[in-house]
Formats: sequence, C-alpha cells, structure tokens
Amino acid sequence: MPGRRLLILFALLALSCVFYLTYGARGDIGFALQFRGPKLVALMITGAAIAVSTKLFQTVTGNRILTPAIMGFDSLYVLIEITLLFSLGGFGYAVLGESTRFSFSLVLMIAACIALFGTLMRQTQRDLHRMILVGIIFGILFRSISGLLVRMIDPNEYAVLQSNLFANFNQMDLDLIGLSSLLIGVAIFAAWRMRNTLDTLELGREISINLGLDHDRLVLVVLGIVALLAAVSTALVGPIIFFGLIVTSLAHQIVPSFRHRDLLPGTILIACIVLVAGQSILERVFHLDTTLSVVIDLVGGLTFLVLILRGNIR
Amino acid sequence: MMTKLLVGVLFALLFTASLFTGVANINPGSLFSQPDALWILLVSRLPRTLAVIITGSSLAISGMILQMLARNRFVEPATAGTGQGAAVGIIAVTILAPQASLMVKMIAAVVAALGSTLIFLLLIRRLPVDRPLLIPLVALVYGGFVSAIAIFFAYQLDLLQYLEVWMHGMSGEFSGVMMGRYELLWIAAILSLLAYFVADQFTIIGLGKEMTLNLGLGYRQIVAFGMVIVSVVTAVSVVTVGMIPFVGLVVPNIASRIMGDNLRASLPWVAVLGSMLVLASDLLARTIRYPYEVPVSIIFGVFGACVFLWLLFTRPVHAR
Repeated sequence: MPGRRLLILFALLALSCVFYLTYGARGDIGFALQFRGPKLVALMITGAAIAVSTKLFQTVTGNRILTPAIMGFDSLYVLIEITLLFSLGGFGYAVLGESTRFSFSLVLMIAACIALFGTLMRQTQRDLHRMILVGIIFGILFRSISGLLVRMIDPNEYAVLQSNLFANFNQMDLDLIGLSSLLIGVAIFAAWRMRNTLDTLELGREISINLGLDHDRLVLVVLGIVALLAAVSTALVGPIIFFGLIVTSLAHQIVPSFRHRDLLPGTILIACIVLVAGQSILERVFHLDTTLSVVIDLVGGLTFLVLILRGNIR
Repeated sequence: MMTKLLVGVLFALLFTASLFTGVANINPGSLFSQPDALWILLVSRLPRTLAVIITGSSLAISGMILQMLARNRFVEPATAGTGQGAAVGIIAVTILAPQASLMVKMIAAVVAALGSTLIFLLLIRRLPVDRPLLIPLVALVYGGFVSAIAIFFAYQLDLLQYLEVWMHGMSGEFSGVMMGRYELLWIAAILSLLAYFVADQFTIIGLGKEMTLNLGLGYRQIVAFGMVIVSVVTAVSVVTVGMIPFVGLVVPNIASRIMGDNLRASLPWVAVLGSMLVLASDLLARTIRYPYEVPVSIIFGVFGACVFLWLLFTRPVHAR
C-alpha cells in the first residue's frame, strides 16, 4: 500500500518537473533548460534536505510539531555566517573561497548544534512545550545578534551575505549546488542506512535502550545529520520556518506507515512536489511577486495553529 | 525608601545622559553659551527622551495587562499578534487610501490591533489550562502568521517604499523622533495612567472569570477596557517609533517576581523599570556604533531574549 502511494507521488513529482521545465518556454527549449535545469536541481535538493532533517528531528524528539527551523537551526547558521564575515572582514571572507568557507561554517554549525541542542534536549526531555519555547527564543536571540552584527558591518561587506539571510527561491545560491548535492546525498544516504534504527528510536529513550540501542549516542549522530542538512538548505535558499512542518504533516497523512523505509522517501517526494509545483505555479502561472517562502510561512503558520488547537500535539 | 531613592537617582542619570548623547555636541555648560544648544535640546533631544520614556513605560504596562487578560506570564503584545495586527492595519490603509493622514493610519492600526488581540484571546481559550507553555507558543506562531499576512500584501502590491515603511515599523528606533513627530505617544501615556486607576480590576481579572464575577465585577467590560489599552498603546508605538519586542514581556516578569501581582502596587514600578531599560538600550543603541545608530529593538531583542531564557529556566518550582 505505501509502495503504491510512493509511486503515485513519484509520478506527480515527474509531472511537476516537466511542467516547471517547459511551461511558458518559447523558442529553443535547450536554451530554457540551461537556465531552469540548475534551479530545478536546487529546488529538489533543498526540498529533500528540509524533508529529511525535519523527519529525523521529529523522530529523535518523539513528536510531530518540532522542526529544526522552528527550533532555530536556520537562524544559528545565519548567525555563524555573519560572525565569520564579521571576524574575517569582507576581504578575508572572499579570499577564503566559497567552498572552504562553506565547509568551515558547516563544521562550526554541526558542533554548535550538537552542543546546544543536545544539551537542551537532555534538559527538557520531559517538557515538550518548554523545549519548543526555548528553541523559538533561541531563534529570536540568534536573529537579534545577527541583526546587531549586520549593523556593525560595512554595507559592502553585508552585500556578500544578503542572499543567505532571506528566504528566496527566485535567487538561489547556485554556485554551491555541486558541493551541496554531494553533502545532502551523503547525509540522506546515512539516514537511509539508519532507517530501521530510526524506527526504534522513535519509540522513545527507555524502549530503545531496552531494545539494545545506544540511544544517547545515536541521537547525537542524528542531530549532526540534521544540523548538516539544515545548514545546507539555509545556505541554498535562506531560512524558511514552516516548510518542514507542512511537509511532514502531509507525509503522515498521505503515507500510511510508521516505518522510515516508507516515510523518508515519502517526505522527500512531497517536499519536492510542493517546492517545484508551488514555484512553477507562483512564478509562471500567476506571475506573483510574492516569494514562495511567504506563502509557505502563511500556510505553515496556519497548519501549526490547527495542529495545536485540534490537540494533535499535546 | 532607600530603593526608591536609588531608582530615582538612576532614572535621573539615564534621563540626563539621554539628553546629552548625540552627534551634535552639547553639554549642560554649553546650553547658555552656545545659541543652538538649547534649540537642539528642545526640538530633538527632549522629545526623543520623552518618547523613549513613554514607549518603555506604556509597553511594559500593556504587557502586564495582556498577561492578566491571557492569564499567562509569557505573552506580550509585540509577539502575540497585537503589534503585527497594527502593521496589517497600516498596510491596509496604505493600500486602500494612500493619502490618508497619520491619524487615519493610527485609527486603522488600532482597529486591526484590537481585532487581532481579540482573535488571540479567543484562540487561547480553547487550550487546556494545565499546559501553560502552550499559550506563549500559540502566541508566537499566531504573531508570525499575522505578520506573514502583512508581508504577503506588502510584497504582492509591490509597494517597495511601503514595505520599507513596514520594515521600519518592525524594527523600532527613536532616531526619527523630533518635536512634532512623537506627540501621538502622549495618548499611550494617558491610557497607561488610566490603567493605573483601574489596576485593582486588572489584578482581579488575573484570578479568572469566575472569581471576577463572584467579586461582583463586569468581566467583559474589564477585558474590553484592557484590550483597548493594549491595542492603542501598541498601535501608537508601532506608528510612531516601530515595534520594540520583549519590553512588555521582560519588565512585568521581573516586577512580578520581586513584588507579586498586585497591580496597584506594582504598576508604577513596571512603568519606571520599563522606561529605564528602554532608556539604557537606546543609549547603547546610540553609542555602540557612534556616530551611527542601531535600532533599539535589536539591542532590546538580544537583551530580552536572554532574560526570557533565564525566566524559562528559573521558573519557580511550584509554577512549573
């Protein structure tokens, strides 16, 4: 049953991709593909990264409303980038080279996430609401500090960073696609290898330990993967708070399974469909100026409120 | 008595520092020798300082009132949709009637803020009472949702300049305050003063609907009055200086930890503490990158978020 649903999703994704690549393209199709191809790849790897990071995070925290973005992972990455720029200066930042700098921020990000959120999760294990609230406030704190540093930076230096600070699917950072795809591929592969372990982890700390898993260590590994994925997706399009929440909620409705074997591909497919179809409809059909991220925030905020009020996450 | 004196001296120091900090170099001595100095003081520095004091104290008071209405310590108008509602109102007026005066804009902001606050209070009624931290969570998400509506329309209608205004509205700062450009804030000051006269009623509201009715008070009337104060104060400050988050959250919490929830006794302290904290932040905002300025909302955002985290982790055991 889940298999058939996944096939349908796959077909839908293929349709959306064809639609994205060809709709409204006049003249030489090869010319249009040169522009739209890389963008399509970027959209899909971003979708996959957010989908997997959200699902993994929800698995280790044992609930369906927490997402890395809501907990401030994205803002933390932005803060790391700005701090780097601030301490190196625009020149040093540029000299370092894009991929060196990117790798450096990724390492920092993974270390910071494991230290910060690993501790936080241990401290607030019994109190989900406190954990979410602390996460959100962390997000605000990171954004405020970033805002402060931005004001202290020379405007010319700031321009170097701007594309990372605001979510925008129209201006994705395409230079990073090669490295990003590689990293995301490795991270997703690692998650896929762990799919059966993840099924067990979702049962909670006590049960997984009873079943013979090294729970605490595994959670840190998963957090590391989540941090990596969140960092890469933020670097590509910027922070989008509610996208992961929409996607995982949809996945739990559409894919009737509790196993990561089915849920991971399902979530990835749904994320890619939403991004590719949403972007083509907004950009090509309606010619909306609004970026997809604003619409996602609107729909996602509503989803979150409905989930809380219906009592799904108490 | 000692505390009062100390606070008074500190307040006077901050007030004076705020008057004499800025790009144009004036000091108490030059007031009489330099012809421009007195003029700068009266037209720019004094209005700015007053604006800071009014904004700080009235935002803190309206935060306290909203916390009583929502019966939760962790909500405040700037994050629970009131401020975002005001922004939606300003946007709506800018779209429908671009030539509208500041007064019309403010009325629209107040109406939208009222509506948004009402929806928030209705929403949280449906939450279970034994999960207090759900309320601030809903508040933050709801506030984000309302502000996404505002951003959506701002983007959609391609009012770039307008978006700029709105962005300014989200990042509060006092650099634009001059004589003639802050007077609306006095409305907030008057309402905050009014709040003091009905402080006892707000204290009782904080005990719940049944208790309020048992004590013979009109629940709806007090809630309505509280909502009006919160919405008008927030809307006025958004229109004139922009949004300053966390003032309404941090200040009442500190006050309430020290002296409890008897508003008659604590409101004056809330007001003084609020104005002093915003004064200090504004001073820092003016000097940290002198001669340029950093929006005070950013400074207060860093400070407020840290205090909020501290509050969350040091919650008294009985209130967990």
